[in-house]
Amino acid sequence: MFTDERQVLVVFPHPDDEAFSCAGVIRQMTKRNIPVTYACLTLGEMGRNLGNPPFATRESLPEIRRKELQQAAEAMGIQDLRMMGLRDKTIEFEDDEKMVKLVADLIDELNPSLMITFLPGFSVHPDHEATARAVVEAVRRMPEETRPTILAVGFANDTVEKMGNPEVVVDISDVKMDKLAALQAHASQTAWMIAESEKREESADELSNNWLTSEAFYVIKH
Amino acid sequence: MEVVNKEHLQQLIDRFANKDVFIHLETTNGAYAAHFNEAVFNAGAFIRNVKLRYELGKVVSDKPHRVGLKLEHGWVYAQGITHYEVDELGRLLMAGLDYEGKLAVALQISEQPFAY
Repeated sequence: MFTDERQVLVVFPHPDDEAFSCAGVIRQMTKRNIPVTYACLTLGEMGRNLGNPPFATRESLPEIRRKELQQAAEAMGIQDLRMMGLRDKTIEFEDDEKMVKLVADLIDELNPSLMITFLPGFSVHPDHEATARAVVEAVRRMPEETRPTILAVGFANDTVEKMGNPEVVVDISDVKMDKLAALQAHASQTAWMIAESEKREESADELSNNWLTSEAFYVIKH
Repeated sequence: MEVVNKEHLQQLIDRFANKDVFIHLETTNGAYAAHFNEAVFNAGAFIRNVKLRYELGKVVSDKPHRVGLKLEHGWVYAQGITHYEVDELGRLLMAGLDYEGKLAVALQISEQPFAY
């Protein structure tokens, strides 16, 4: 899949959203020299994990996450990383038209054949939802024949119940180590996530395997 | 950040009294609280760069600490403060970190606005 994409545009609100959801697919494409742009809307300024004893403060976290994001982009082979300067947890409160325009401007500039974002209604975090809404609306306003395909990531507890199984499931075992490197680059985030998953009685191995062997997407229909 | 030393923190809070200061105040369970446990009622509040002036600020000795600021016409307080530091820009950053090292509450005071 995705062997002949002209340009890919990935839009997520937080550094690490891309690593969990689609680092493998991104790496498969960058390996084929398909240009991938990642527009990351915030620096995850409001991340809760500061450690105890703390390794960061509310004010020093954004710089740490900026560096992690740059490192993750490198692991995925992304050469065009855009940090869009919005603030974590505020995206849904921005003017909706401004958000649509932000995405539309990127589409105008890059002319992507494929976009990756979250699945509206099934992406849990308010920033995820607001980002997905802006992407879907920007694309909906385009003439039908010029619209890029949108791959969307849904992970709300009721996603499969309401949406069925994802239409696109990509085997990413060939780039497993690159995805792991991207996840590890986001160290301020991934360390606690793995610990928390262990508490939810999934073994870390099982979890890593789920993350590292395949990635699943819904295809947005207009 | 260091674990709160009550006497030192009280001195720092006193230093900002009767001056125009910018406040960051935040409480949060995290955006995923109700995703991981549907029984959780998720609530929080956030203000950043609100300018105010307090005449009296007090840190209470119970751990985790409560910090209250008395204003001319009202109050600001935070409950659950465990850690503090004065950063390189001279801002007083206070945070309440839970047992897993996640921020549950923050109260920060600065004479200059915080970044965006």
